[in-house]
Amino acid sequence: MSETNRRIGVPVFLDTGVVFDELTHGRAAEIIARYPMSRSALLPLLHLVQSVEGCVSQQGIEFCAGQLGLTEAEVSAVATFYTMYKRTPCGEHLVSVCTNALCAALGGDAIYATLSRRLGVGHEQTAGEPGTPGSITLEHAECLAACDHAPVLTVNYEYFDNQTPDSALDLLTGLQSGERPHPTRGAALTDFRSVELEIAGILVDLEGRVEAPTASEPTLRGSVLAEQTGQRAPVMPESIEFPPLPEKK
Amino acid sequence: MTFAADAGPGASLTPVLTRRWASPRSWSIETYRQLDGYQALRSALTVDPDRLIELVKNSGLRGRGGAGFPTGLKWSFLPKGGSKPHYLVINADEGEPGTCKDIPLMMADPHSLIEGCIITSYAIRAPFCAIYIRGEAVHAIRRVAAAVREAKAAGFLGRDILGSGYDLEIVVHGGAGAYICGEETALLDSLEGRRGQPRLKPPFPAVEGLYASPTVVNNVETIASVPIIVMGGSDWYRSLGTEKSPGPKIYSLSGHVTRPGQYEAPMGTTLRQLLASAGGMRDGIPLKFFTPGGSSTPIFTPEHLDVPLSFDDVAAAGSMLGTTALMCFNETVSVPWAVWKWLEFYKHESCGKCTPCREGTGWLVQILRRVVTGHGTLEDLDTMVDAAGNIAGRSFCALGDAAATPILSSFKYFRSEFEDLVTGRTPPVVDHRQLAGAH
Repeated sequence: MSETNRRIGVPVFLDTGVVFDELTHGRAAEIIARYPMSRSALLPLLHLVQSVEGCVSQQGIEFCAGQLGLTEAEVSAVATFYTMYKRTPCGEHLVSVCTNALCAALGGDAIYATLSRRLGVGHEQTAGEPGTPGSITLEHAECLAACDHAPVLTVNYEYFDNQTPDSALDLLTGLQSGERPHPTRGAALTDFRSVELEIAGILVDLEGRVEAPTASEPTLRGSVLAEQTGQRAPVMPESIEFPPLPEKK
Repeated sequence: MTFAADAGPGASLTPVLTRRWASPRSWSIETYRQLDGYQALRSALTVDPDRLIELVKNSGLRGRGGAGFPTGLKWSFLPKGGSKPHYLVINADEGEPGTCKDIPLMMADPHSLIEGCIITSYAIRAPFCAIYIRGEAVHAIRRVAAAVREAKAAGFLGRDILGSGYDLEIVVHGGAGAYICGEETALLDSLEGRRGQPRLKPPFPAVEGLYASPTVVNNVETIASVPIIVMGGSDWYRSLGTEKSPGPKIYSLSGHVTRPGQYEAPMGTTLRQLLASAGGMRDGIPLKFFTPGGSSTPIFTPEHLDVPLSFDDVAAAGSMLGTTALMCFNETVSVPWAVWKWLEFYKHESCGKCTPCREGTGWLVQILRRVVTGHGTLEDLDTMVDAAGNIAGRSFCALGDAAATPILSSFKYFRSEFEDLVTGRTPPVVDHRQLAGAH
């Protein structure tokens, strides 16, 4: 990288020299075609380059800029704004532990500390050679919107609910030895790059992946209790009268 | 108050939005159609769009994303005529700490959102709708994307929907991890492929939203309520809830609760009733404080257990209904510790656009780190209140106000806990090593 790239405030992206293949170009075109204006495809395209490299590299920035007719500065400004875009390659799996107040109070901090100690890495660091089997990137996450299942962690953004330090360690050991335990809610585990492709909106095997069950006890608590106790909303009328058009003022 | 499981009557549960959730393959179009799905759409497409807007106005539906703005009124702000296309954008960027209702809704019953999107788009005459789903919520993305495919295959989306002559495309858009994108104008910038930073208002999105065109931005639960209103009518909808906050609401109970989860009950239900339904506080340890609607809403204490959880009642009691994310903390939790955790969150998520929020959250975190590790001073406490007071109301968007909220509301009820920490009357709640590890 050139010296000018090292100026304060100018983000540095990894120079991987990667050349994106025809398949990726085709997928980029498919994503761009969905939007009335092409620039709306930038966030999905950054996920797409992460699905290839496990991070956003300098070549990834150039790829997105080229696809959308943007400058590299415009793309890198976006890539550095969002937490999910990584500037160093991610492990086979990304383990995110919620350490926001509620999960932390119920054990999230202890889970994070336990995993960090076992892996010997801290926030946004990777144990093992990134991308190789069993490599794991650890991060503490902000609220994962699963507070009724606290404390939670996610692996490649699939939910592992109601964790303890021990259950999280078991999970970690499994991941490191090449196992892929099934999430509590969410599709069967793949790896970080495959999930990034789905987030980009390229949903390979959607018919299969969508079937994974999500009906957890906390999610269904109210509806099941209502059923058991015979409670229900008032019955709707058979048909309704739509109000007339408002009078022109 | 210990909340034994039998303490007091429970909430009167009224599953409407959640009524299909326990059905087998509840996310599939087969289940949805068996349980009245897409009937509201057939009925809606037979009437003038403006009559649908009137219906939603009459129902009194208020936005479920936190602010509680009247939904029908918001729709009616879109200019009539004009050359620019209209857009509907769904805010499915659920990230407010404690909030966990939209992601289960999208996973369990995505077609209720899709049907709501089609009816709403028709009402506001939009040919394009984007559902902006938080990037981390990958399984919600799958379920909603599959629902779009199924709806399209069934003729509910695409060209000439059910022979009405109306065309609509829906795009499912994954975000990339930024809480600020839950702010509607930041979400629009993000959806346009930019950094998610809020825009100056006016112009409001109804006039210049997505691609500077008239746009409605609504929350998932709000739009999933639309088919229900079209089916039941506004009088039926108003038979639930309070006069100014009608309808059913998904209350999300979390924390030290025996049976945390999603409980759908009429607007105006109290936490005491909900806790009774949820088996009370876990292990009988009493409630110390709770949020009525996420970390951005001023905290409440057990004296607020009987406040009806509706927009106006909660506001009158000094907080905000927010997203009805009821995070319940028991007496073992240190208030300064929880406030420090929340401020770390706001500092991380501040978008950097305006000085009070960007600098203020940074300074507040530094002071709070001193306080929770036992190195704070009484002067620090005054500085915190002063700084919070200078962020609230002086920031570019509501994130700044939200960041000041935990400080200001906790000092209202629990100032002595902060004082005890800085004077050494109570031991530090965090040691330095933990601080390094946690954030």
